[in-house]
Amino acid sequence: MSTTVTAQSDVAHSAIVHARWHGGEIAFWLIVLACAFVFPSRYLIMTDILRLALFAMSLDLILGYAGIVSLGHAAFFGVGAYCAGLLALHGIITEPVLALIVAGLAAMVLGFLTSFLVIRGVDLTRLMVTLGIALLLEALAERYSNITGGTDGLQGIEMQPILGIFAFDMFGKTGFFYSLIVLFLMFLLARRIVHSPFGLSLRAIRNNPLRAAAIGIPVNRRLVAIYTVAAFYAGIAGALFTQTTALASLDVFAFEKSADLMLVLVIGGTGYLYGGLIGAVVFRMLQELFSTITPQYWLFWIGLVLVAIVMVGRARLHRWVLWLPNLLIAQISGRKDAVAIPEGDAS
Amino acid sequence: MTAVLTNLFDGVAYGMLLFVLACGLAVTLGLMNFVNLAHGAFAMAGGYVCAVLVNRSGWPFFAGLPLAFVSAALIGVVLERLLYRHLYTRSHLDQVLFSIGLVFMSVSAVDYIMGSQRIFINLPSVLEGQFDLFGIGIGRYRLMIVVICGLLTALLQLVLAKTRFGSRLRAAVDDPRAASGLGINVPQVFAFTFAFGCGLAGLGGALSAEILGLDPYFPLKFMIYFLIVVTVGGSSSITGPFLASLLLGIADVAGKYYVPKMGPFVIYTVMIVILIWRPNGLFGRTAAR
Repeated sequence: MSTTVTAQSDVAHSAIVHARWHGGEIAFWLIVLACAFVFPSRYLIMTDILRLALFAMSLDLILGYAGIVSLGHAAFFGVGAYCAGLLALHGIITEPVLALIVAGLAAMVLGFLTSFLVIRGVDLTRLMVTLGIALLLEALAERYSNITGGTDGLQGIEMQPILGIFAFDMFGKTGFFYSLIVLFLMFLLARRIVHSPFGLSLRAIRNNPLRAAAIGIPVNRRLVAIYTVAAFYAGIAGALFTQTTALASLDVFAFEKSADLMLVLVIGGTGYLYGGLIGAVVFRMLQELFSTITPQYWLFWIGLVLVAIVMVGRARLHRWVLWLPNLLIAQISGRKDAVAIPEGDAS
Repeated sequence: MTAVLTNLFDGVAYGMLLFVLACGLAVTLGLMNFVNLAHGAFAMAGGYVCAVLVNRSGWPFFAGLPLAFVSAALIGVVLERLLYRHLYTRSHLDQVLFSIGLVFMSVSAVDYIMGSQRIFINLPSVLEGQFDLFGIGIGRYRLMIVVICGLLTALLQLVLAKTRFGSRLRAAVDDPRAASGLGINVPQVFAFTFAFGCGLAGLGGALSAEILGLDPYFPLKFMIYFLIVVTVGGSSSITGPFLASLLLGIADVAGKYYVPKMGPFVIYTVMIVILIWRPNGLFGRTAAR
């Protein structure tokens, strides 16, 4: 055995160490599960948070890991939502889990097709193209209101029991556990993806596309792949929305939805999977808080939060938030920086 | 035939209006490479200032227009000094988030102060109705827009191409470091340009109350139009955005007239196709650094 550690094995070793489950992560999911039993009267809002978390995770995959700034991620959410709604409404696929996957795949196809448009050009062009695609779909949904129900949305969706066993109840208990299980499975998949060599190559692309190409990473193919995967995630989130609320309206494509999503991710932090989950919780709480203070003008405070976050600086903000936990962990276990600071943000 | 020409005229007026609204953005986004989604907010500010002056204080419309320009420019310069200048060097993501935040704040602030309904500005009777020119119906208000915007465009082109300030601006944009090395006060040039662009947007906002409609959601509704003008037009000169806005104006008016059912579908499709075909705009060089 040679004593010198080659760069390759070094990288592989650190990647494997990073990919291991930390105690904190297990604790996080246990807390999430505990919430289900501690707040049994809050299923509806908790389901909302779970959906938002899944949607934010989807954006994180392309924004945080691949560095694609998208202003139109609601497009895929909307396609998933309408797809699930139409499938249930016309009784094509009545089983929710199957319909969920089909809706996700529909969004995925759209994601694959549009990814070729998105990977062309610089940031600004990407912004415009993603925004344009979402607006285009919104215009289409409005135009073909005989299919989509126009501004009224799809009406009279009735969901069949999940797997034929668990019926949706009016308190949202089934919906909550259904969403939680979907979120957890999707999280496991995303975790596997970002810790794989594929995920590492994405980060290389985000940090420096030119250098990534120079060491032999097929940049465009990787971007197409992750964009497609992210579209699948967003489609699943949209389908979950329709299935748990029995509703799909034109709002799903709205620009505000994509913008809110950005805020969710920025609050939580980009470039690590828990960012979307934490961001969703904080965002929804902020929204609740603001709308109890000023029901009509909560948008103002959301805007203020956005401006404040950017002015303070996202990296600095996350350092402040993580200062106390890190201090505690350092005191207890003698390690330094046990809680990960999100990596450098997308530019 | 005359209907076609009338539509064409309306399209030109609409396009020129869009140009005045968006040319400030052409500078911040195209030249300074700052993704400012909040540009429409300045236009809205100008429009509302003009509306309040004309409708409530009884100012004449033509006195309200310069005031719209001045107030939007003032807001612009204050925000530039306080907030924007810290973000010039930040990532596009930060700029997007920041300007979306500003849009949200402006939307609900205006909603809070002025109410959410659409407002109109009382026009002097000179500007109402239309007259026939060789059988083509020409709206007086639209004619005024064409005249004002045409003059402004010529003036802008002249300032950028011929004056000392124009050459300073072009130098500052091309290479800020070298420009400041030559003694050009780059931040000042940027601040002034930004304020001027905001002022133009404010003027455009005041003019557009009659045509586009002015309500608190103005910045969100027309954001995409401004962005289209800049990205499709490119940023090498103001001719590109000018042609792009004319194209957009004519296409939008014609689209709404001939295929009303397709709604804004045509515009978005055209934009996406153009951006795919020429990612840096129809008339542009690259805006990326």
